[in-house]
Amino acid sequence: MSDHSFVRTEMLGSQAPPMMEGSVLGWIRYNLFSGPLNSLLTIISGLLVVYLLAEILPWVFLSSWTATSLRECREVIPLTYGEGTTGACWAVIRERYLQLFYGFYPRELYWRVNLTFIMMLIALAPILFPKLPRQMLYFSGVYPFLGYWLLWGGTIWTPFLTLAGLIVGYLVFNFLNEKRGLLIGTIVGTLLIIFWFLFGVIPVSVFLSENVTPLAIEIVESEQFGGFTLSVIIGATGIAASLPIGILLALGRKSDLLIVKSLCVGFIEFIRGVPLITLLFVASTLLNYFLPPGTNFDIILRVVIMVTLFAAAYMAEVIRGGLAALPRGQYEAGDALGLDYWKSMRLIVLPQALKISIPGIVSTFIGLFKDTTLVSIIGLLDPIGLSRAIRSDTAWNGIVWELYAFVAAVFFVFCFAMSRYSIYLEKKLETGHR
Amino acid sequence: MTIQIVALAGFMLLISWLISNTIQNLETLGKGVELWFLFEPSSYDINQKLIDYSSRSTHLRAAFVGLINTLIIAVLGCVTATVMGIAIGILRLSNNWIVAKIMTCWVEIFRNVPVLLWIVFTMAVLIESLPRPATFRGDNPESSLLFWDSVAVTNRGTYLPEPLFGNGLGDIGIFGIFEISLDLVAFLTVLFAGIFVSNMIKKRADKKQQATGHRPLVWPYRIAVVVIPPIILLYILGFYLGKPELKGFNFQGGVYLRNSLIALWIALSFYTSAFIAEIVRAGILAVSKGQTEAAYSLGLRPGLTMNLIILPQALRVIIPPLISQFLNLTKNSSLAISVGYMDITGTLGGITLNQTGRELESILLLMLVFLGISLGISAVMNWYNSTVKIKER
Repeated sequence: MSDHSFVRTEMLGSQAPPMMEGSVLGWIRYNLFSGPLNSLLTIISGLLVVYLLAEILPWVFLSSWTATSLRECREVIPLTYGEGTTGACWAVIRERYLQLFYGFYPRELYWRVNLTFIMMLIALAPILFPKLPRQMLYFSGVYPFLGYWLLWGGTIWTPFLTLAGLIVGYLVFNFLNEKRGLLIGTIVGTLLIIFWFLFGVIPVSVFLSENVTPLAIEIVESEQFGGFTLSVIIGATGIAASLPIGILLALGRKSDLLIVKSLCVGFIEFIRGVPLITLLFVASTLLNYFLPPGTNFDIILRVVIMVTLFAAAYMAEVIRGGLAALPRGQYEAGDALGLDYWKSMRLIVLPQALKISIPGIVSTFIGLFKDTTLVSIIGLLDPIGLSRAIRSDTAWNGIVWELYAFVAAVFFVFCFAMSRYSIYLEKKLETGHR
Repeated sequence: MTIQIVALAGFMLLISWLISNTIQNLETLGKGVELWFLFEPSSYDINQKLIDYSSRSTHLRAAFVGLINTLIIAVLGCVTATVMGIAIGILRLSNNWIVAKIMTCWVEIFRNVPVLLWIVFTMAVLIESLPRPATFRGDNPESSLLFWDSVAVTNRGTYLPEPLFGNGLGDIGIFGIFEISLDLVAFLTVLFAGIFVSNMIKKRADKKQQATGHRPLVWPYRIAVVVIPPIILLYILGFYLGKPELKGFNFQGGVYLRNSLIALWIALSFYTSAFIAEIVRAGILAVSKGQTEAAYSLGLRPGLTMNLIILPQALRVIIPPLISQFLNLTKNSSLAISVGYMDITGTLGGITLNQTGRELESILLLMLVFLGISLGISAVMNWYNSTVKIKER
């Protein structure tokens, strides 16, 4: 036996990894300079970025926060930072930011707007994050009425009676649903609520506030609303209302009932075929024709109704996509379990369909929020309408970048946050299969 | 069944209630519903028009001028938005980190800010930062024309050189309603004939390739057929460019693009390009990686893989949402009213409405027109979609 060993007895020491792997240099090599074309692209776009930053950063920071007019800004900035500096005039934001946020809401009542906004966040929390206690949802249910009362003021009886009417209507519906069937329950409940809204709420609330106790806070007229407050009011109400209407429309469009289906299709296609601005024209000029003579209800409410209908039609199409993407087996499974239509929709179909359509739903929300700016065309003072007013002020005549950059940045924060939340939700609800 | 009847009854009740209210309200105001106002003289001017129009023309014609302006902005916007969107979408998938990040920024910035803000902002920037026409004056002017003294960019608008013909064919009236330049008709005819012939050559080459395996060299002929006849035609017609000139306080001559048109065009196409970029990106990502790998294993180069394997499959995913972006752009073009571009919202839904006081008719007509445009676009695009759709057996 010779001493031939074919198995290595001593191991080689491990070597350092190749320089290009896993190091910063390697990353740069692979991601920026992997070929001639890529290197060229990198250099060009790198120069572009440097150029843009060199233009923008001095403009942003070598600025004036204290001037009282654009002319003063243009004089002060070269004096402070040396000849030839053209910095931003952020003073316009400092002077007008309250107006851009609150419109012409009375200054001593700003706390009401702030409180409403904070309460909105609290009301939203249990809807957005399912880990929070479910009891908080009661607050979310009461919130719209509370928020309305805080923002517009007046007696608390009106929103309270409205809410009470809704609750009583729901109880009646529930009672009749068990005793007499769904159809009778729905009809009687709805009629009861409508009747109460049209003829009951106002007289009773006037009676209560005159004879019992007013419980009123100072009234703020709709003309005084403006700025981002207005955008958020219209946007949030529209978002909250358009989702349920959109779901109903989508279900109607998918249903086998011919008349219901054609009504839904007609509505959806009509709304999607016309621009929002024409619907806003309808809200501002035509709605007076369509309603009984003498009715003249609030312009913000009219706009909210139109924006909601508009968004609901788009929502319906998004959800219809989700419904169509669901395998047929799921519908059949619901039927096989013996669930009726509404139960199988509520427990089996919609949770899955809505999950699939989250990205579409959120982008409809974002679109709706951005579309609230259109109200400036029919004369409401949202941030864009206010910017126009500020720009026509003699002190700030000619200001462009600062003002629009500020408004754009605020919108960006809202919309970007919404899109990030949708990504978070998608990841959380991802079950690995569809 | 009962549900259907109840729904129908409820709907009918709602409609009849609305109509009866409307009739009652109109009676109180002493107005009727009629469309004769469309044939009265409009008595206002429209500053951007392709067909003959003056303040003595009818409201109907004003609406028509507005409709043409809407279509102009829609077509211009759709074309630029698509080109930019495809480029940005593909670049966002690039391996180059910095390019991909820049494109991500572009998409996020444009998507998350309202389009109306972009339109108003672009308009303000154009007005405030571009030179006034007066600065072009004098021997040593502050501003000068671009591109060999042919393009004037001012804060009142951009003036481009205008195609003129030394011995043109004149205009031809169509039904006495509007006139079309015969030169343009002749040019387009020759151009399309050239493209048609070029396609025939391609088909013959394809056939030959199928039969023999060799592809004859045809691209020089194809280019020649498309390019040379129009050039000859232009020479015969005595083509020359009319440059804009500073006369008085303003430029004269040339094609005048108003700032409102440019602002609207830039803002709409940038805004929509961000959405189209996302659609394109999603479409390309939707093609499974196996397809790329299969193409590589067949020995196709990356460029060919993209053109022959990925894009044809991605196109099927891309087109339906692309249609709805085109529709959105067209509908968003109605925001022209905020910068004073006279599209149909500005004429029929703006000045005509205010002058005649016929809100009901004007706005309903406006909605009908938009409904028509939307249905038209989706019909055309759906037809196109059905031609590229996968043929399932």
